[in-house]
Amino acid sequence: MNAPLATTPLDPWHRSAGAKMVPFAGYEMPIQYSSIVAEHQACRTAAALFDVSHMGRLRFDGVGSEALLDSLLTRRVSDLEVGRVRYGLVCNAEGGVLDDVLVSHLETPSGQRYHMMVVNASNHEKIKQWITPHVADFPGVTMSDRTELTAMIAVQGPKAIAVCKKLFAFDPNRLKYYHAKITEQFGKPVILSRTGYTGEDGFELVIRADDAARVWENLLLVGRDEGFAAAGLGARDTLRMEAAMPLYGHELGETIDPISAGLSFACNLEGRQFIGDEALRTLKSAGPPQTRIGLLPEGKRPAREGCGVLDSTGNPIGVVTSGGPSPTLGRPIAMALVNTADAMGADFQIDIRGKTVAAVATPLPFYKRR
Amino acid sequence: MTRDPAKLLYAETHEWADVSEQDGEKIATIGLSAFAIEQLNDLVYMDLPEVGKAVSAGEEFGEVESVKAVSPLYSPVSGEVIEVHTDLPDTLDQLNDDPYDFGWIVRVKVNDASNLSQLMDAAAYAKQCSEAG
Repeated sequence: MNAPLATTPLDPWHRSAGAKMVPFAGYEMPIQYSSIVAEHQACRTAAALFDVSHMGRLRFDGVGSEALLDSLLTRRVSDLEVGRVRYGLVCNAEGGVLDDVLVSHLETPSGQRYHMMVVNASNHEKIKQWITPHVADFPGVTMSDRTELTAMIAVQGPKAIAVCKKLFAFDPNRLKYYHAKITEQFGKPVILSRTGYTGEDGFELVIRADDAARVWENLLLVGRDEGFAAAGLGARDTLRMEAAMPLYGHELGETIDPISAGLSFACNLEGRQFIGDEALRTLKSAGPPQTRIGLLPEGKRPAREGCGVLDSTGNPIGVVTSGGPSPTLGRPIAMALVNTADAMGADFQIDIRGKTVAAVATPLPFYKRR
Repeated sequence: MTRDPAKLLYAETHEWADVSEQDGEKIATIGLSAFAIEQLNDLVYMDLPEVGKAVSAGEEFGEVESVKAVSPLYSPVSGEVIEVHTDLPDTLDQLNDDPYDFGWIVRVKVNDASNLSQLMDAAAYAKQCSEAG
C-alpha cells in the first residue's frame, strides 16, 4: 500500500486559492492555480512565488562537517565562506548522480556556524540514508533533518528583490548571487538565499513551518500591484526548462554522469578525494558517452520526455530528457542526451510518438535574462 | 448556427457528438467539452486525423496537448471522417471561448449507430463532471 501523501505547511492556502493538487515525490503539491502560462509569464515579467517546502533541508553541525561534506560532494565545501552557497553533486562510486544539491554556510545571530544542504524532494530519504553511515565516521558531526520543522518559499522574477526588500530586516539587494544570510521577518528568523531555479533573479527562503502562511501572504501582498503571482510545479518546470537547468530523473540520475549532463563546472576534481572522484576523472579524460544538447523541433508539436532522437539519416542517437512548449519563445523546446560522437550534428530528427519531426541543435539555455 | 450543449451527446472521455441526419445518413460533428478544455488548460497543439480515416467508438483518433501533457482524443462514434477542422490547431486559444461551435474537430459519417445509445445526455455528463471536479 502506498504511504499517505505528506502536505506542506502551505497546503491550506493552496486549496483555498483553488490550486489543482497532484501527488509529487510523496507530497500533495499545487501544479497550477489558474494557468501554467500565466504563472510562467508572471515569473518572467514580475515575480512568482513557489512553495518548495517539499524539498529536503538537512543541517550539519559540528567540527568536521566540512570534511564530511568534502568527502561526499563533487565540489569542495571546506573553502565555502560563511554566507555563501554552492551547487554540487552527490555521486555514487561509479560517478552516477545520487542528487544535485545546494550547500549554504550559515551563521546564526549568536555566532553559531553550520551548513545546510537542500536536496530534491524525490531524493530526500535516499540522500539521508546515504549520508547517515558517513556521519558516524566524523565524531562530533550531527546531521539533523529540518524539513518538517520548516517551510521553503522561492520568490523569482525581475521584480522579486526590489519589491520584497521592505519585508526583511536585511535588504536582499545587498546579497550577491549564491550568497545566503540568516535575517528576520517581523522578528522571526529567515534564511534568505539569492538562488533559484527559473533563470530569473530572486531568492529562496527557509522559515519556521508555523510562519509559512503569514510570510507567503506578506510576499503576495507586497507584490500585488506589481503582478506577483503564486505559481505551481507546472510553471516551475517550463521555467527551468527554458533556463536549461537539469532536473533530477530527467537530465540527471544514477545512470547519468555529471559530465554527460553538462555539469563539468560542478565537478572539482583537482587534488580532491570524494565518492565517485575516480570514475569522474576517467570520464573527464576519456570523454563522456553522452552529451546534453538543446533542440528546437520544427512546428508546433512539442517533443516530450522519452521521444527518440535520430540523426539526419534516421539512426537513433539519443533520447529527449525534457521537452515541451516554451511560453517565452512561443515554440517547442527540448533537451536531449545524445551520443557524444553525434552531438555536433546540425540536423536532428525527433520521433514524436511515431511521427518524425526535424529539429536543429541550439545553444543552452533557451532563455537568458537580460 | 449556435449549438446547444444541453442537446448534445457525450462520451465518458469528454468528447461531445452532435448527430444529425443528412440524405438518410447519420453525421456526427465531434468536439471536446468545455469542462475538458478548462481542465486541460493552456492548449498548445492538436493532432487531427485526415479525411477518409475510419474511426471506431472509444478509440483514439487524435491528440490534444497542453503545456503540461498529451491527451488522446477518442471518437464517440464509429464511421468515416468526412471533414476536419484544419484551422483549429492554429487557433486553439479560441477553443476556450467557443467549444461547441467554433471548436468542432471532425465530422464523421456514422456507419454503426448502435453505440450512440451508450453516450450520455447532457444531464448525465454534467453529473460525471461534478463528481470528477
